[in-house]
Amino acid sequence: MAVLKVKFTKTRRDKLAQILWILNWISVVTGVILFSLGLFLKVELKKREELMAEKDIQYVPNMLIAVGLIACVINFLGGKICYDCVDTTNFLRWKLIMLPYIVCTFFFTLCVLVGALMCYSMHWELEEALNLGLTQAMRFYKDTDMPGRCFLKHTVDMLQIQFQCCGNSGYKDWFQIQWISNRYLDMSKKEVVDRLRSNVEGKFLMDGVPFSCCNINSPRPCIQQQITNNSAHFNYEHQTEDQNLWMKGCREALLEYYTHLLQSIGLTVLITWLFELSVLTGVRYLQTSLENMLRQGDPNSESDGWLLENSLMETARTNLSIIKSLGKGNQIDTADNGDPNIDVPSTSKAHYGPDNVPPKQKTETN
Amino acid sequence: MAVGKITFTKTEREKLAEVLWLLNWISVVTGAILFGLGLFLKIEIQKWQEVMSEQGILYVPHMLITTGLAACGINYLGSKICLDCADTNKFLRWKLVMMPYIVCTFFFTACVLAGALMCYSVRSQLEESLYLGLRNTMRFYKDTDTPGRCYLKKTLDLLQIQFQCCGNADYRDWFQIQWVSNRYLDMTDSAVVDRVRSNVDGKYLMDSVPFSCCSTLSSRPCIQHNLSNPAAHAHYDEQSQQLNLWRRGCQQALLDHYTGIMQSIGLTVLLIWLFEVLLVLTGVRYLQTAMENVIRLGDPESESEGWILENSLAETACYNFNIIKNLGKCYQVDDDPNINVPTAAADREVPSHQVRVNVAS
Repeated sequence: MAVLKVKFTKTRRDKLAQILWILNWISVVTGVILFSLGLFLKVELKKREELMAEKDIQYVPNMLIAVGLIACVINFLGGKICYDCVDTTNFLRWKLIMLPYIVCTFFFTLCVLVGALMCYSMHWELEEALNLGLTQAMRFYKDTDMPGRCFLKHTVDMLQIQFQCCGNSGYKDWFQIQWISNRYLDMSKKEVVDRLRSNVEGKFLMDGVPFSCCNINSPRPCIQQQITNNSAHFNYEHQTEDQNLWMKGCREALLEYYTHLLQSIGLTVLITWLFELSVLTGVRYLQTSLENMLRQGDPNSESDGWLLENSLMETARTNLSIIKSLGKGNQIDTADNGDPNIDVPSTSKAHYGPDNVPPKQKTETN
Repeated sequence: MAVGKITFTKTEREKLAEVLWLLNWISVVTGAILFGLGLFLKIEIQKWQEVMSEQGILYVPHMLITTGLAACGINYLGSKICLDCADTNKFLRWKLVMMPYIVCTFFFTACVLAGALMCYSVRSQLEESLYLGLRNTMRFYKDTDTPGRCYLKKTLDLLQIQFQCCGNADYRDWFQIQWVSNRYLDMTDSAVVDRVRSNVDGKYLMDSVPFSCCSTLSSRPCIQHNLSNPAAHAHYDEQSQQLNLWRRGCQQALLDHYTGIMQSIGLTVLLIWLFEVLLVLTGVRYLQTAMENVIRLGDPESESEGWILENSLAETACYNFNIIKNLGKCYQVDDDPNINVPTAAADREVPSHQVRVNVAS
């Protein structure tokens, strides 16, 4: 009993082929869109790779790029096939290829779905990478004289200005880091030496933040030094002051940005997947109806098209036994197949000529 | 003696009409481009209008927008005319309109040229406007509690961060302005009171700049205070001083930004003007004269001549001048029929002789 059987007249088959030709070309365009979305994501991740620790998150855009390219090729081939399917003689060219093509496309649409789901699952790895990366970057903020780290000050400043954030989780992260290099500390001053001595690791820590943490919406000039000391500034209470510095942490800001991007891309990929699935269904119907038409012999007759010839269970069983026998192909135990060197007792009756008399056994006479 | 006379066969005329139809449609597109450029310039100027003292330079984008729309309309009409000119019968419909159309288009292209030249000439007005506007904005930087000025601090901070500039001409402009509001000054502190008293206008001035002047390219944390005294900071050498703050003034930065935009726009408009005048207008003029000569000759299949001007430039100028003068003379009082005008018989009038009359006494 076939799954979802539909009757097709000749005109309906022709129309289906034409529609599928257009849909395949639209799918080529969506393949290009997928490719460019992957490229865009790759560029965005690479832009801020200095702030991300060494985690392998590039597999997501790479997957999208590969899937996009394959989609273009598969759907281009599909377009050619559907174009030829309008004419029965042209269809014969593709007859043997169509079923493998459909199976390939089915597995390919699974890859598209996996790509979409990857976009949503990347969130946690990204958070991990950003957390470690930002901690490192802030630690090396002061090392503008070391090759390999000299650009980190500029990167962190630009990040905080652009994303309107401060520190890793908040501005207090800067209080635990020495972000002023020893080169710019006046060691002759008593306060500086005292502060260095009072710290276990000899770091110069203070309750101050870099200028890039300053909030442009603040009605008063920015307070960057002695932030926790209310008496150091006139009319200032640091517990209630939320306009002075950026309150958001940079990890949260970057994560929000990337999550929003990934959600949009994931949605687009899901829509592309649904579209590809519908194209695949159409091509399957076209293939089965054309094969049935050939079986009947009359190009102008009606024919049935279906998704599966038998029910889902039977098809699964058939395919499983095919795969099993493919596996058995190389085993030596098979009695029928065999190696001609093994002595196999013949089960068939030998035919000894017209009277069917076995030849006399020659006995050895001495 | 005609200017630029060319002979056209029938096929050449038809081909010219087709080519002109295509060129007119391209001109509609360039008109849309002109409109788009004007809109873009208007938006760019309005983005930073708070730091400009007056909006006078908006006449440049307005000119471009109007010219762009007019170009679309004129060239659309032109394409319809040229499409009909391929056929002599249809041309008769447009015969009377074509000459006024060409004159209109000629004056319109003069407007396009004026628009292009305006883009280059607006620089000095912009410089003045920016200087005054920035000075006022810096003065009101601290007034974040005054309605109408409360957003100026944010605007100026954003400007300095985005354009990488500081102050009007340079960072020392901040030394002459009180940019810290009295609300945040501790008037009980003797240092503060001394500083306020020592200033003639009672302003609290200091050699410091706002945080938005800090350069992100500096290799050391930003030094914003005590800028006149380099010795107050550890290892604050010449190179550190160069990199510490943005060195460029915001007037220069904005001027460069807008001059760059307007030069590109002006160049594009000039190219569009050349295209309109050299190709489209000249082609339409040739087509018009050729078609009119065909009608004058009577035979639609014959060759005809096309030209730019029927007589030489000097004669055409004289002729048009006379037309304009006669138009002007229309209303002079000499022609009033109510005035007694001596008839022509008067010139045959014989002078009266002295007739002796014998008076009998």
